[in-house]
Amino acid sequence: MRALPVGDGALLVEVGSGEEAQALHAELLRRRTEGSLAVREIVPAARTVLLDGLTDPARLAAELTAADVPPARSPARAVVELPVRYDGPDLADVAAHWGVAPHEVARVHAATEFTVAFCGFAPGFGYLTGLPERYDVPRRATPRTTVPAGAVALAGSYTGVYPRSSPGGWQLIGTTEAVLWDHARVPAALLSPGTRVRFVPVGPPGVVEA
Amino acid sequence: MTDRALAVVRAGALTTVQDLGRPGHAHLGVPRSGALDGPAAALVNRLAGNPAEAAVLETTLNGCAVRPRSTVTMAVGGAPCPVRVDGRPVAWGAPVRVPAGALLDVGPATSGLRSYVAVSGGIAVEPVLGSRSTDLLSGLGPAPLTDGAVLPLGSPTDLHARVDVAPQPAPPAELVLRVTLGPRDDWFTPEAVRAFTSRSYRVSPSSNRIGLRTEGPALDRAVPGELPSEGMVLGAVQVPPDGRPVVFLADHPTTGGYPVIAVVRPADLPAAAQAAPGTPVRFLEVRRR
Repeated sequence: MRALPVGDGALLVEVGSGEEAQALHAELLRRRTEGSLAVREIVPAARTVLLDGLTDPARLAAELTAADVPPARSPARAVVELPVRYDGPDLADVAAHWGVAPHEVARVHAATEFTVAFCGFAPGFGYLTGLPERYDVPRRATPRTTVPAGAVALAGSYTGVYPRSSPGGWQLIGTTEAVLWDHARVPAALLSPGTRVRFVPVGPPGVVEA
Repeated sequence: MTDRALAVVRAGALTTVQDLGRPGHAHLGVPRSGALDGPAAALVNRLAGNPAEAAVLETTLNGCAVRPRSTVTMAVGGAPCPVRVDGRPVAWGAPVRVPAGALLDVGPATSGLRSYVAVSGGIAVEPVLGSRSTDLLSGLGPAPLTDGAVLPLGSPTDLHARVDVAPQPAPPAELVLRVTLGPRDDWFTPEAVRAFTSRSYRVSPSSNRIGLRTEGPALDRAVPGELPSEGMVLGAVQVPPDGRPVVFLADHPTTGGYPVIAVVRPADLPAAAQAAPGTPVRFLEVRRR
């Protein structure tokens, strides 16, 4: 573990893997809840956790690098189930990358339990991990100018769901009706770091229900 | 019953509603947002008798014109500009009584970029996650002003301005941004780090509320490839593949995959908000406190 100072009031804690970042994030949230860590933002990412709004980053850096972070305990939160139709325009391309038939992409994806590793890109957009490395796919060579809200997409080892219509370069494999972000709802974000997610198919691939 | 509302007669190039922003949601991908020149927004609020958290208007380059439907106290500050009520010049940087139905015109900035307009009672659009700020990156908060829009106003508080006129710093002829190196300065060649802290850059016209983009010597990387996405702070100086530093401002993305060579001291960011395209920029390395 390395703790890199960021400006005068933040710390970027770097660890060896996504799993370690998730464990560290859980531990830091626990400390904040119990009142032993005063911090404005805790932002987990692929291999790091950023702590912003610290009064004494150097002291925390020394403390964190000396301590052992316990592995993430089995999360207490229930699994969020997202209904999905595997009808995305890139399903065949993804199947080709994986070397399987399109229906097999849907089967593998729906059989996977995902965890929200971190959020970013847009409010409510989670980077979901869970697919094994052999299923990594590249981003599309040319990003789309418009990806519809609810598009279920893959890039690298991540799965994500577009909370609203936006440009995007991920490979689209499906569609969900779930509302990922609604700022009138509490909480506004359906998915936040640490949330467990399953995709539940609601119809055969390629069939759009009325 | 008075009609506490403000009609937008001329929206200007880009006028947004801003307050102290919505910090604390970065882990959900929500930018902090808020007034880019915080001290200027705080000052006009004080002049209009508002608490610090009241929402104000932030204009860009050519001001805006608004018509209150009830008599209000208004104040214009930030980038200096001519201010008129029904065509008559009135003071900039001071409280101004604007009668119901009169037109307050905020003229083009004579220097700097962003003027701030406070109205007694504050702009009272519906808050989103505790803030009324327009967030141009993620689309949270009210849309930028359009001609003909009507904005609700809050009730004035009992606060009275304790100042009649307040000095405000002049927008910089040269923008000097103090930086502490890191966290990813080791992703650049030593020559690039030296160039970054010694050469002169210019503010690019493609700058916006998300980032102050610069033109100048491109910074060469020592480490190729992409950095796994990591959390970003306000004032982070991110270097995209073209090698030109971008200083992250209030609407910056909360995570990013380009290396951050340095971080600007927060106290220097209000001046960055007022630096017009073409302004020379220097990044001055300082020791971490």
